[in-house]
Amino acid sequence: MLNVGKIEEGFVLDHIEAGKSLSIYHHLQLDKLDCTVAIIKNARSNKMGKKDILKVECDINTLDLDVLAFIDHNITVNVIKDGKIVDKKELALPKEIRNIIKCKNPRCITSIEQELPHIFILSDEKKEIYRCKYCEEKCGKRL
Amino acid sequence: MLLFDFVTIRKESIIMRHLMSPLDFTVEELDQLFDLANDIENNMPKYAKMCEGKKLATCFYEPSTRTRLSFEAAMLNLGGSVIGFSDAASSSASKGESVSDTIRVISCFADICAMRHHKEGAPMVAAEKSSIPVINAGDGGHQHPTQTLTDLLTIRSLKGSLGNFTIGLCGDLKFGRTVHSLINALVRYPNVHFIFISPQELRVPDYITEMLREKNISYEEVIRLEEIMPRLDFLYMTRVQRERFFNEEDYVRLKDFYILNKEKMALAKQDMLVLHPLPRVNEISVEVDDDPRAAYFKQVQYGVYVRMALILTLLEYAKPTTPQE
Repeated sequence: MLNVGKIEEGFVLDHIEAGKSLSIYHHLQLDKLDCTVAIIKNARSNKMGKKDILKVECDINTLDLDVLAFIDHNITVNVIKDGKIVDKKELALPKEIRNIIKCKNPRCITSIEQELPHIFILSDEKKEIYRCKYCEEKCGKRL
Repeated sequence: MLLFDFVTIRKESIIMRHLMSPLDFTVEELDQLFDLANDIENNMPKYAKMCEGKKLATCFYEPSTRTRLSFEAAMLNLGGSVIGFSDAASSSASKGESVSDTIRVISCFADICAMRHHKEGAPMVAAEKSSIPVINAGDGGHQHPTQTLTDLLTIRSLKGSLGNFTIGLCGDLKFGRTVHSLINALVRYPNVHFIFISPQELRVPDYITEMLREKNISYEEVIRLEEIMPRLDFLYMTRVQRERFFNEEDYVRLKDFYILNKEKMALAKQDMLVLHPLPRVNEISVEVDDDPRAAYFKQVQYGVYVRMALILTLLEYAKPTTPQE
């Protein structure tokens, strides 16, 4: 069993679907932060069988919870202070996401208009479907 | 009974309204809009100077005769004037100007703008940056709300109400934006039964049939037009549009799949009405034009009335009021 030490201040993202941690690492732009990051892949999990975990030693406010919720709202976010879990953040699908994914419809105005943000609106919460604000092209939630 | 209170001075509105989709208006607001359109139909001279001194900008980045001329006729009928361009090549888009910049400039010249663009969502981008009301006059394969308003007004005017009928939609149900918009608008009315008539390749998209199932709205999908003709109250014909195909071979193969002719019309009810967003190519034989059930040219006239009503409403010359006893 591999042991990764405790962090003093930061957050632990638990219950990440096995194999998704690197994608989350990139989407949260953790590569741009100057802090300690532990990526644990394929950890044993009673609930999931296998899971990934991310431990990040930095201020919780640097984390974009909307991005995380869009990627997978089942991830548990543990906020750590003085080496202890002080809070667990609930993730809910964001109503709107901005510049996380790009509209793939070649007929969409986002393909030509300068500096137009790529905005997707949650159109079906049950099926986790987002649609481009401009052309209504469907986008599945999973990245 | 007239439901509108006309004001001669444009009032400052807290929220300026645009029209991007037919669903932007509630059913009640649409009723008021259609009441106004019918009043215009019956009392045209009353409206002849309503928009005097006002300018409509028709910004058409994509060729269109019918829709552009309908908008222009609507504004001229109201006593206003028209400026604009009729293809992207004669606009600053050819120099690379963004839609956002164009509408900011147009806002300085005109009081209201009707925009057609080949890119889906372009009128919405314009509406976000505009200081004047923007009407989506068609954005690619996405929306064409004023066509839908035209279709609804035609149905309501010729049948007396919206609801309690069977409508067959025939032709290109996959790419046809007018069909998608019309279905989305009609599901808000009671007891509308849809029959989709198309070749396998041009079936109505899954998201529409899913939506109908979720709302418990009855529909059928068939390939042969003849078999369902006797059951229809409306037949909405559409053109297979060359510009929506990436592949010329597919277009050629499918373009003549349905042709409505006298023989097929003989199978229909005596009061069934044929609608078509036009332009027609050869999906409706010319011999059908003289049939009293052919309503597609009346539909064009209703298009002008509804655009007049829309311009008045968005410019706030027509303010919906509570009906008096």
